[in-house]
Parts: sequence; C-alpha cells; structure tokens
Amino acid sequence: MIDETPTAAAAQNGHATGGRRPHVREAPAAAKGPALPLGFGSLFGVGTAAAKAIQGAVASRIPTADLDERDPDFIRDNLPRLWLLSSLWFRGEVRGLGNIPEEGPVLLVGNHSGGNMTPDTIVFTLAFSTYFGVERRFHSLAHNLVLSAPGLGWLRKFGTVAASPRNMQKALQSDAALLVYPGGDYEVHRSSFERHTVDFNRRKGFIREALRHDVPIVPVVSIGGQETALFLTRGEGLARALRLDKLLRLKVLPISIALPWGLNVGDFGGHIPLPAKIVVEALPPIHLREEFGEDPDLDEVYDHVVRLMQETLDALAAERRLPIIG
Amino acid sequence: MRVTAQIDIAAPPARVWAFLSDPGKQLHFMAGITRWEVAGDIERGVGARYRMLMRVGSAEVGSLIEVVESTENRDMAWVSVTGLDQRGRWRLRERASGSRTHVEFRLSYGVAGAGIFGFLAERVAVPQVQRHLNRSLQQLKRQVEHEQLRDDAATRRAAREARAAVA
Repeated sequence: MIDETPTAAAAQNGHATGGRRPHVREAPAAAKGPALPLGFGSLFGVGTAAAKAIQGAVASRIPTADLDERDPDFIRDNLPRLWLLSSLWFRGEVRGLGNIPEEGPVLLVGNHSGGNMTPDTIVFTLAFSTYFGVERRFHSLAHNLVLSAPGLGWLRKFGTVAASPRNMQKALQSDAALLVYPGGDYEVHRSSFERHTVDFNRRKGFIREALRHDVPIVPVVSIGGQETALFLTRGEGLARALRLDKLLRLKVLPISIALPWGLNVGDFGGHIPLPAKIVVEALPPIHLREEFGEDPDLDEVYDHVVRLMQETLDALAAERRLPIIG
Repeated sequence: MRVTAQIDIAAPPARVWAFLSDPGKQLHFMAGITRWEVAGDIERGVGARYRMLMRVGSAEVGSLIEVVESTENRDMAWVSVTGLDQRGRWRLRERASGSRTHVEFRLSYGVAGAGIFGFLAERVAVPQVQRHLNRSLQQLKRQVEHEQLRDDAATRRAAREARAAVA
C-alpha cells in the first residue's frame, strides 16, 4: 500500500523532485483502520494530488515581499472608490485614530471578521489613509492565498504583503504602521453566532515581533464584519480531512450562507457582503516594556491585549441595536 | 466641486475676523472638523499652515493647508499642500449699517485622477459638506453675536456705573 502523504501522492504524479524515491511502506494491519470502499483510496489520492498541484500553483504566485510595491498615488486614486463603498454600503465609522502614534513604526493588531471579503480592512485602510495621508507608510499582512488570487494583485499596491515574520520585520524596520490580524483565517471564519468574540487561537507571534522591534501595539477592534454573511462553521475537521492545513496552510474550510452562492463552502470565490454597519475603534497604544517590564511574559501580554479588545468589542456590541443595521 | 454658504452676522467685520483668523477657535465653530492644528512656525496670516480634517461619510478627510491670501477684516484664502485637493475662502463684507457683516464661506474640493469613482464621490459628498458649511456659519454667527452682546452689555454697564459715580 502506498502511503498517501502529500509527498508520496505527488511523487506518484510526477511532482517529486530531487530524485528521491517515493516513500513506500506497508502499514501494519492494526494501524490501517476501517476498510475503505473500493476505489476510495485512489480517488483520495487524486484529490490530494490536485490539492498539491494547487499548492504549487499558489506557491508560484505568492509575490516576494517588496515594500516598494506600495504606491501612494494608486492609493490616492482609489480612495474615492473605497470611500463610496465604506460610506454608502457599510456605513463605516472609525474611532480613536488619534490613539495611533503620529509617526514611527507601530503594530496595529486587529480582530478579523467577514470571511474572505473583509470589510473591516477596507473601512480601516480608508480611514487610516485619509487621516494620516497616503504618504505615511502603511502595510498589512494577508494570507498567501489572498495575495496569489487572480485579480487581487492591486492589494500589493495598497501595501499588503504576505504574512510572515520576515515581512513583519521588513515593514517595521521601514518605520511603517503594520496592520496584522493574529486570528487570521481561524478568526475570520468563525461562526456568526460568535461574532462578538475576539479569538486569536492563542497565537502570540505578534507580541514576539512587537518586543523584537520594540514597537507599541495599538489594538484595533471592529464589529459588524461577521454579519456580512451567515457564517455557520469554520470547518476545521473538513480542512484536516482534506489535508488543507498541510497543503495550503489552511486550518479551516468554512461553510456559510452568502450571496450570491447560497451555501458557500470555502469562500474561495468570495461573496457579496451584506451591507452591515462596520464600526472600528483604535485603542490607546500599549508599550510592552513600559507596562510589563524588560522581559514580558507572553501569556500575560496576550491575555491583557485580548481582554482589552474583548471589553471594547462588548461595548461596541452593546451599542448595536440590530444585526446588519447596527 | 464648489460649495458655498453665506450668512449675515450682527457684528462688525473686525469681530468676525478675530474669530476666523484664530486657529484656536476653529474647532469651536467649524462643524464636522475633527482636527485643526498649526503646522509650522507661522500661526496666522499668509504662509500659516494648518493640518485639518473634516468628517465626511465614513472617513475623516482633509489636508495640510496653507493660507495664501489674508486681507485683514476682508478675505482669507487657502489651498491644500497635501491630502485632499481643496481651496477655500472666507469673504467678509461690511453692510451699509457698519454694525453687520456679510460672511461668505467658499470651499472647492476634488479628487483629481480618481476617474468615475472620484466624480461620484465628489457629488455624493456635497450634501454633507454643504451641511457642515451651513452649520459652521450658524455657529460662527451665534458665537460672534453672543460675544458682541456681552461686550455691548459690558459697555452699557460701565457707562451706567460711570454715571452713578458722577451722581
């Protein structure tokens, strides 16, 4: 029996490189588990190979991080489009921009909502660009899949780079304001019934980077994004079963009810967001070493940041009278 | 787009000018303005620069502006240096009575190079910008006239006290 790991499956389909033989082994009978229906194994192998091919295609499309791709003139020209979308469709409201330091590097840490069409990012990017001017360097991190998707190349001109520690380092060293969503795909696809919950899945990389570069953290809390569709489940089990976590760095395969698809699995094609009112609030900066000492405890900082954000989100939720309408 | 608003204020131009030319008072009467800060060494007059923001729709839009014309008690005009393209003017004219001032507030703004969406955004924003201008003038009128009344009352009180002292 051939081990159906991605490597082996790819090797079977001619994707293995470096002249290594595919790793073939016979699984012990006790470890085989329940017998699969005839043909299921080969079908699964084909599926895995297809996913591997997608992974290769995605990997080849991921742009190398070049912060110079950010184009202030392009941003300025597109602000009216964002303004129309933000003002008329999402009735966006951004508060507390004065809390963001006027200059120097800063790590903006947001809770992420809205599936693959993230209205909170649109609303906040517009507000930041008009408040500080497009001349101020502003970058945001995005999942590889977003940056490699056809038709979304313009995101790079807005300063969006692939999410990686190296890109964070480059952005912060260039004195930019850097927007990160630690919850990433895990949080953005949470159920609509958990829309008023900040959930970073205990990811603390942003704290390490803030400490490494000694930059303040500004929490940015948004509400409304998870009302732009009815998100049912993250589909973590499904993602694991299809090995998407290993192939595409996707921990989730969300299932939602969204326009225009109806039942929307994966949200790969995006969706038309419902016109939910989006409110974003930037909180006062947290200077980690001033508040937590020279060698802060990551768990303590994490709990502090998430608690502050959760309290703000609760307050924003209390202001909201009705879903979508706000 | 050009938006204009005007109003008559029951005070001489010098009193209105004192309000308009004071950067510290802009936030007191300008509607929709969320920020008005002196940027640079010159506080008033030609060459003074201010960083201003006005809430329009879902964003605070604005510019670094520079005063390019300043004729005391008559005209003050500015243009944007960075940010949203804009030029504006306060125009004061004394009414025949001498104790009233006609105030006109003109603002032209645009998003050059933004194509059809820029064209649409400029027009969609007009009603809100117009409301901001109208309200700014009403607030200016209320504050200037209130100050004028207090000054007039103080003058009358001083005269009354002087008469009482003589008697």
